[in-house]
Order: sequence, then C-alpha cells, then structure tokens
Amino acid sequence: MTDAVSKTIFGRLGWESFPIHEPILLGTFAVVVLLGLVIVGATTYFRLWGYLWKEWFTSVDHKKIGIMYIILAIIMLLRGFADALMMRAQQAIAFGANEGYLNSHHYDQIFTAHGTIMIFFVAIPLVVGIVNFVMPLQIGARDVAFPFLNNLSFWLTVAGAILTMVSLFVGEFARTGWLSYAPLAGLAYSPDTGVDYYLWSLQIAGVGTTLSAINMVATVIKMRAPGMTMMKMPVFSWTALCSNVLAIAIFPALTAAFFLLMLDRYVGTAFFTNDLGGAPMMYWNMVWIWGHPEVYVLVLPAFGIYSEITSTFSGKRLFGYSSMVYATVVITILAYLVWLHHFFTMGAGPSVNSFFGIATMVISIPTGAKIFNWLFTMYRGNIRFELPMMWVVAFMITFVVGGMTGVLLAIPPADFVLHNSLFLVAHFHNTIIGGVVFGLFAAMVYWFPKAFGFKLDPFWGKVAFWGWVIGYWVAWTPIYVVGLMGTVRRVHHFDDPSLQPYFIVAAVGGVIILVGILGFVMSIVMGFVKREQLRDTTGDPWDGRTLEWSTSSPPPPYNFALTPVVHDLDAWYDMKARGYERPADGFRPIHMPRNTGAGVILAGLALVLGFAMVWYMWWLAALSFVGLLVVAVGHTFNFKRDFFIPAGDVAATEAKRRPLLGVGA
Amino acid sequence: MSAHLHAEHDVHASGHSRRGYRIGVALAIILTVIPFWLVMSGALPDPGVTAAIIFALALVQIIVHVVSFLHLDTRSEGGWTLLAFLFTAVIVVVTIGGSIWVMYHLNTNMMPMPMPDRSVAQ
Repeated sequence: MTDAVSKTIFGRLGWESFPIHEPILLGTFAVVVLLGLVIVGATTYFRLWGYLWKEWFTSVDHKKIGIMYIILAIIMLLRGFADALMMRAQQAIAFGANEGYLNSHHYDQIFTAHGTIMIFFVAIPLVVGIVNFVMPLQIGARDVAFPFLNNLSFWLTVAGAILTMVSLFVGEFARTGWLSYAPLAGLAYSPDTGVDYYLWSLQIAGVGTTLSAINMVATVIKMRAPGMTMMKMPVFSWTALCSNVLAIAIFPALTAAFFLLMLDRYVGTAFFTNDLGGAPMMYWNMVWIWGHPEVYVLVLPAFGIYSEITSTFSGKRLFGYSSMVYATVVITILAYLVWLHHFFTMGAGPSVNSFFGIATMVISIPTGAKIFNWLFTMYRGNIRFELPMMWVVAFMITFVVGGMTGVLLAIPPADFVLHNSLFLVAHFHNTIIGGVVFGLFAAMVYWFPKAFGFKLDPFWGKVAFWGWVIGYWVAWTPIYVVGLMGTVRRVHHFDDPSLQPYFIVAAVGGVIILVGILGFVMSIVMGFVKREQLRDTTGDPWDGRTLEWSTSSPPPPYNFALTPVVHDLDAWYDMKARGYERPADGFRPIHMPRNTGAGVILAGLALVLGFAMVWYMWWLAALSFVGLLVVAVGHTFNFKRDFFIPAGDVAATEAKRRPLLGVGA
Repeated sequence: MSAHLHAEHDVHASGHSRRGYRIGVALAIILTVIPFWLVMSGALPDPGVTAAIIFALALVQIIVHVVSFLHLDTRSEGGWTLLAFLFTAVIVVVTIGGSIWVMYHLNTNMMPMPMPDRSVAQ
C-alpha cells in the first residue's frame, strides 16, 4: 500500500501512533484489554446483552439513566484517580538527580487528562446523574420533560469519555492543561493529536451536557406535582434548577471557544494565534466565562444535597428555606460575574481587576449564609450521625477552609503572587473535593437505598468516609504550604530537596484517599452481599421529608401510581404527619415513553466522527456526519414513542408493594 | 390535550395581535428609516453620535420585534417567557460587554516588549 493511499484511508493514523515503546502504557493496555474481555465474556456467558440493551442502554427512564451516569462517573473516577496517584508518586521522588519515572512529555499528558476527566467525566456526570435520578422524584413527576433527549445526552457524554480513553492507547492526549489554553493549544505549538482528542471529546460531551441542562430546566418548570409552587419546592430541586440554568448560559461560551480553536487548528484561521491579529487572551476570556460558573454548576446541587440531608438527619425543617433559595439564586447570578479572577495576571487595569476581585469576594456572603443555615438547622435538632450526615459535617469543616483561601486568592495583589502556584491547586481541590465530591458521596449514600432497595454497607461506608476526609487533609495541606512558599504547578521535577518531605506526605495522603475510594467500592459490594439485612422495605429508610421517599424503593417505572398533591414544603413529612394512606384502588392507565436505541446509535456515530476528525480521516468523518443527520432526521419519523401501562398492571404492582411499604411514620 | 390547548392559544394570539402586527411593522419601518436617513444625509456632524443613535435605535428595534412579533409579555407561560428573555439579555450583555471591557484592558499593565519571534518557539 502506498503512502498516498494509506493517508487517504487512515489520515495521520499509522503504526507509530500506537505507544508500543511505552511500558507503562502497554501494561495498562494489557490490563484494560484483559478486564474488557472478562466483562464481555461474562456478559455473553450469562446472556445479559439483550437485558442490558432492552432494560438499560435504550432506556428513557430517568432513574436508569441517572444510575448509568453515576456508573460512568465512578469508572472515570478510577481512571482520573490513577492519574492523580501517578502525579503524586512522580512528585514525591523527582528531586535533584532523580528524574522520577515519568518524563515531562508523559507527565504533561497525565495532569491534563486528570483535570479534564475529573471535571468533565467524573464531576459533571455524577451531578447530572444524581439530579436525573432524584429531581423528578422529588417534584412528583413521572419522568423528565424530554425522556429521549435524556438518553441521547447520556450516550453523548459516554462517547466523549470513550474518545478520551482511546487517546491513552491510540496517539496522545493533550499536554496543554485541563483548559488547553491558546496559543499553546494552537497548531504551531501542539501539532500532534492531543488537543484534537481533547476538543472533540469535550465538544461531543458538551452537546450532551447542554441538552441535559435544557431538559432538567424544562422538567422543573413544567412538571412539578400539583400544589408544588416554586417556594414549596425542595431545596435540592431549586439548586438543580439554578445549576442547570447556569449550565445553559455558559456551555455555549465553551462550545464557541472550542469551535474557534478547532477552526484555528483545522482550517488555519487565526483567532487565538500570537500573530496575524489573533488574541490568545480572548480564548482565556471565553473558556473562563464557562469555567468559573461551571464550578457553581457543580457545587450548587451539592449544596442542595447538604440541605436535604441536614434537614432529614436533624429531624427539622430546613432553617431559613427562603434565604437558602435566594442565596442559591444570588450565587447563580454572581457566578457569572467573576470569571476574570482566573487571569488577574493578564495585565488588566485596576478598574477591571478590582471589579472582578470584589465580585468574587461577594460570593462568599450567600455561601456563608448557607453554612449558617445548615448550622442553625442542626441547632437543637435530633441529629442522627449516620453516614450522609457525617459527610455533611466533614464538608462544612473542609469547605470553609477552601472558601477562605478562595477569598484570599480573590485579592488581586495576593493573586499576583499565588497565581500558577500549588497554593491555587490546593485551593480548588479543597473546594471541589470538600464541596462537590463530599456532597456527591453523601448523595450516593443517602439515595442509594431509594435506587436499589438496600442501604450501602455502613462499615465500608465509614472506611470510605475516613479515607477521603483524612486523605484529603494529609494530601493537600502540604501542597498549600509549598504553594504558599512559591512552588509552581504543572512541573514534573524539582531542584530544591527541602521540598521533598512535603510531597512525600502528600503522596501518603493520596494513598489514604485510595483507601477511601476502595472503601466506597467495597461498601457497594458488601452492601450487595448483605442486601437482605440492609433491605429497605418501607421506601423511607431515613425518615425523609421530601416526595422521593413516598414511593417504594426502588420506585416502579412510573414513579408514582397516582400523582401526589403537595400542600406544604417537605411534602412527604406533611403527608406522614396527616396520616397519609397509600391508595389501594382508583388507578388509571399510565402514559409512558417507549425505549429507543436512537440515542446509542447517534452517540456511536458522533464518536466515529470525533475519532475520524482527530486523525484526519476525512471520508470517514463525512460518512459519519451524514449518518448522524440521517439517523437524527429518521428518528423524528419514529411515531411509536409511547405506550400505556394498563391500570390493572399498576394495581398489581402496587398491591405487591403494599404489604412491604410502611404507611405513615 | 396539549394539542388542543395549543390550538386555542394560537387563535387567541392571532386574534389579539392583528393590531399589534400593524403597529410593529410601522415602528420597525420608522426605526429602520431613521438610521438610513441619518447616515445618507449626514445630518449630524459627529459620526460617533450617529453611531450611538443607530445603536440605541437598534435596541429599541429588538424590543419592538420581540413584543409585537414574538408576543413577549408578562402573561404568557406564567411569566417564564419574559424571565427567560430577560435572562438571555443579561447573559448576552454580560458576556459581550464584559469581554469587550476585559479585552480592552488587555495590555494596560504590560511593559512594552518586542514582538515574540515565532521561529524561536518552533
């Protein structure tokens, strides 16, 4: 085969694109292939493909999609965390003459992949997954507003994740940092496939996230149970609404920035180049218009989770419900006015820097109000220190420190010193781990019995808790210290040996977090093993207050046999207090959306399109793009989208549950 | 059920706004003619003032279109349509206005330095 033919067919993909000379990657590849074969083999052996396809992959049920989002996030968490451990190990040993085991080229890919994966494929899917699962139940809805769109959003996110993972073994990932700043990410400085993998996987996943956000906002606005006015809506649903409104506002900025960078890389425009009139800082400006609010997209639902858990486990109505709602809305707006604090050092004048500095500091006011609301909710409550509540307390202690270092960094002169230092890196890990990750773990422990009908194993859950909390502090306190002393981020080797003890401690902290992660996996495994002991027959294992606890665990496909009517905030608590009786008859046929494989097919085609564009296989890109259009248009002619669950079936399902469900508190 | 509601809504909207459409078209024409006239006749000596007036009229034009052709009012969809529109407007103003402001300040505190030479970096 001649070069020209090979180039037409495979673009720039050749034998040299496979990392056969990298022992670390080869080993990883072997393990991944082996694991993959085991999973595929087991699935085939137990004849599960049909079940998975019919019941899960093609499902438009918001609960199943939510669970799949969370599974995706946990898998990607393992990948992202492996990257983190590699960095910690490298930085612990690479001092003086010792170069460590990673060269700078490989190290750069690892920190880029770590950041990209942890935000886009761990934090976002986890948040979206939990919102997907909980929010419709909480507002008394049968599904989200656009069930098929939900399925498509999920699979587009998966396609993005797969494309990122492919870069591990075919070609390279970006070496440009998690936001791939121009001009470094331009073709002149990053000519290989790395940035293209980055751009295409995030663009594909970004479409999914945007569509999902639109879906969630429509659901909250249009599908609340009768009687649930906005100010009777649970705080978690409020934060889900605000978070998704924010996501709709900001994702277009990211998509546009990436699109312009794509044009720079593919057709030779000069939006973000150093020469020809390009403005690289415009790229920073646009990605941070997305990037800072994105932090709040992630943390707002976590705040909602803390609110629900604090109120439930204190046995009290949430203190200051309306102030909580207003604080959430204020954060939503302010989050949009602070992006420049990520590049104070750009050289802007005092008016710009002081505006954005002050706006950043102001955010701590509504956030602080929330902290006090949680504390006052706990005050004189009957606090039950079960696992979810433990996560909340750990969050409050950890997050307040992260918030304070954030206010410190919001002062432009201080930022000039600390910009690009490990102090900054410690700060955002402090807020993301202490704020978002702790909240997501709390949520998984709290709502797991609702999703699967049994609680997680409490012993291993506590191992996970202590591993994460102690591990976080051991890993990041030394990084704060060396950062304050001026150590910069994104370096794979240090000359000053006096810093080494700090990095060794940090690496130990990383290992403790590993214990936490494995503990969490074990709590799922042991929970499954001991599921009969941990079974939740009541549907209300924590003595909850909101509507999701009024249905059975796991909920039937239609969620609520009869749509609940809401009279008060904390609707389920109110129903229990008034001696609510579960209806035994009077069921009507329930209108349900039908499963469809179109989402999987569209996302598969998008994945092929992304891969083809990364490797310049133009014919394949064109083919998959046309395929995308054909399937998308074709799906609009699919009129068999719904069906009715007959009233008899509903009655039978409810009758089977009835003896198990506890009625009243 | 939803199709029925929809149809009713459309009838209501078209009946209600025939006069609205006429006013809208008239206003749109006036708001278009004034900028043309300003530019063609050169009535104002300062082009900066002309540009400012054109910009202001364009904003009014947007409001006219949205109100009389897209039927934006405080009542439709329980006020959510208006809220969504205001939200969009705020976001656009913040994004575009903010970006212009930020980029205008790009070099405020930079020391003068020679243009970087691309060949060195490569």
